[in-house]
Amino acid sequence: MPIDLPARTDTSERRLILAHVWVAVLAFGVAAAMAMMQAISRANLALPYRSARMYYMSVTAHGVLMALVFTTFFIMGLGYVIARKETGRIRWLGFSWGMFWLALVGVAMTGYTIFTFQASVLYTFYPPMQAHPLFYIGLTLVVVGSWGWVANMIASWRAARSQRADRPVSLAMHATAANAMLWALATIGVAAEMLFQLIPWSLGWVDRIDPMLSRMLFWYFGHPLVYFWVLPAYAIWYTLLPKEAGGKLFSEPLGRMVFALFLVLSTPVGFHHQFMDPGISANWKLFHMLNTMAVTFPSLVTAFTICASLEVAGRLRGGKGLFGWIASLPWGNPVVSSALLAMLLFLVGGFGGVVNAAYALNSVVHNTSWIHGHFHLTVGSAVALTFMGTAYWLVPRISGRQLELGLLAKIQPYFWFTGMVLFAFPTHITGLMGLPRRLFETGYNGAPQAHVWERLTSLSALGGLFLFVGALFFVMVMLGTLLAGKKTAPADIEWAESLSEPAGGYRVGIWDRLGMWWAVAVVVVLIAYAIPLWNHLQLERFGSPGFKPF
Amino acid sequence: MNVDLYERIWMWGVGIVLAGFFGTMAFATISSGMAPPSHIETIDPNPATVMTDPRVAPQGVSQDADGHVHVRMVGLTFAWLPNELTVPANTPVTFHLTSTDVVHGFEIVRTNGQTTVVPGYISQFTTTFDPGEYLIACNEYCGVGHQTMSAKLTVVPAASWTADRVAAPTPEVADAH
Repeated sequence: MPIDLPARTDTSERRLILAHVWVAVLAFGVAAAMAMMQAISRANLALPYRSARMYYMSVTAHGVLMALVFTTFFIMGLGYVIARKETGRIRWLGFSWGMFWLALVGVAMTGYTIFTFQASVLYTFYPPMQAHPLFYIGLTLVVVGSWGWVANMIASWRAARSQRADRPVSLAMHATAANAMLWALATIGVAAEMLFQLIPWSLGWVDRIDPMLSRMLFWYFGHPLVYFWVLPAYAIWYTLLPKEAGGKLFSEPLGRMVFALFLVLSTPVGFHHQFMDPGISANWKLFHMLNTMAVTFPSLVTAFTICASLEVAGRLRGGKGLFGWIASLPWGNPVVSSALLAMLLFLVGGFGGVVNAAYALNSVVHNTSWIHGHFHLTVGSAVALTFMGTAYWLVPRISGRQLELGLLAKIQPYFWFTGMVLFAFPTHITGLMGLPRRLFETGYNGAPQAHVWERLTSLSALGGLFLFVGALFFVMVMLGTLLAGKKTAPADIEWAESLSEPAGGYRVGIWDRLGMWWAVAVVVVLIAYAIPLWNHLQLERFGSPGFKPF
Repeated sequence: MNVDLYERIWMWGVGIVLAGFFGTMAFATISSGMAPPSHIETIDPNPATVMTDPRVAPQGVSQDADGHVHVRMVGLTFAWLPNELTVPANTPVTFHLTSTDVVHGFEIVRTNGQTTVVPGYISQFTTTFDPGEYLIACNEYCGVGHQTMSAKLTVVPAASWTADRVAAPTPEVADAH
């Protein structure tokens, strides 16, 4: 229920949302430029300033800016939009601005250390490789800033719930609250790693660090991190896409189940990133694999619901026959086409993910180029492309400016899709041929085994070119709109209607009780991590001093 | 909760498929020991210790009293020690690895032989090879020379192979857990 707000508050709320979008767009632009450099470097093309040092710096910058800055700021901005729509305002506006600035100062610190070559440690920053202390402190500030957002989202969700008595909150708010709770649980791992290990060690307060403990804490955080990215994209697919495509959401109650299941199952899976690691027993790895298979379930349920919703839309638009409804979807609307193309790529990425999670198969693909092929289809397509489409829809509504350069926006998702197919499919294949990821050069001094990678690697560099053009179009549309878009009245935000809503509406059900599911998540996480961590701490651990080989 | 019939069928279907995925892998693990390398053993990563500790030194190929083939290797920025190895074909070979500096990734290209190599820990796995020449790469970013970190593995027919040396049997260290 909208509340009449003083105009100043309304402006400040819009500015807060747009500030998040600005940071996300700029981080995305810089990160895309870094990616372009890597693609050319991998294809062995001569480039001024090309050097191994520059290459690994750019890999670090690309990872941190894309995976941690672009995503987090966009997700926070989107969360504020959803909470504002739900409750009529953004709570604790001054505090939220403070948290925004805190996170931005963190980004500046981390960015400074990366671009001055003092932190080429990649976005996984495994010790005992040691970055400048400000790299770790900056990232910690980003996380602390995001905790302010978490508190805000949970408070908004609670307020919306009490406003509605026995009616559930909107699915968008439900998803956002589940994601905030997931993030609260997940960031405990990286916060512990930063505060108890990396920061004191990088400042020289302690001499040694246990790299295995760091890896366990990092991946405790690192996998739910990917769900933190994916859930907002799913929320858009459930709540915005059916409406934009001209249809209705097929089964809303299952959507509520899906987000609750993600909250429970996203975290106790981290060891599937560490299948190849020493120091963790095979049985605990097996248990994490079980959980990983379980967390695939809500994604597969989503696949059905979203396809069914799209079929409803296609048929309402006059599509006939078994597949005719697909052609009648509005492929020229970039909000829709970006989500549709993102899903097509995610289909492939998701199957690849099951291969990664498969214990024995993992030893064939671990840390090969298969892996970055995989996550460019997931976070780089399902998430990033959906967010770009969402931005085309969101920014005009919040800024009160019309979308500029609409033609570029229309073709941009297709450039991204083509680029991703050319980039990611060949890297999957070279990965199966054993090409390690993150190599400045792939030649190994002319080793015969390395020749087979050459052609496909050049092909994926061509994909990088398409992706860069797509990224450039996105940034141009955003800057054009934000800086020079024709002013109009800000439009309202509406979510998709449910196809089969019972007369009188839905009632609060078991899947709406996110507090309870959060408690279940804590228990599952304790089962998955308490014993292996306890066992680990019983070992005679020697620790390592820091190294800076970059 | 009222769920559409087709969606119900789909949910059961994917549930069964996922259970099948897990079941096959769990079965392979239990019945034929196809677990990933999960050895639990610690070591002081100080180079002076690593170069003398009999669990990982001297580096190279050896054969114990039972005839089992062992490879001891150390990863350091930016090389594998030793950088050339010859092992017998179709024979179980047990690798023992550690690092004296940062984390490395030991990967024998186009085989399933790989493990993360973490300073302070000993990685161990056993595998067999077909005859041929293999590239050993580092697949965990370890610094500015990461792309140059490699070694050569030659696999020869077992009949024409002899060990660099015969080592005293290593004391068996059971996994801590």
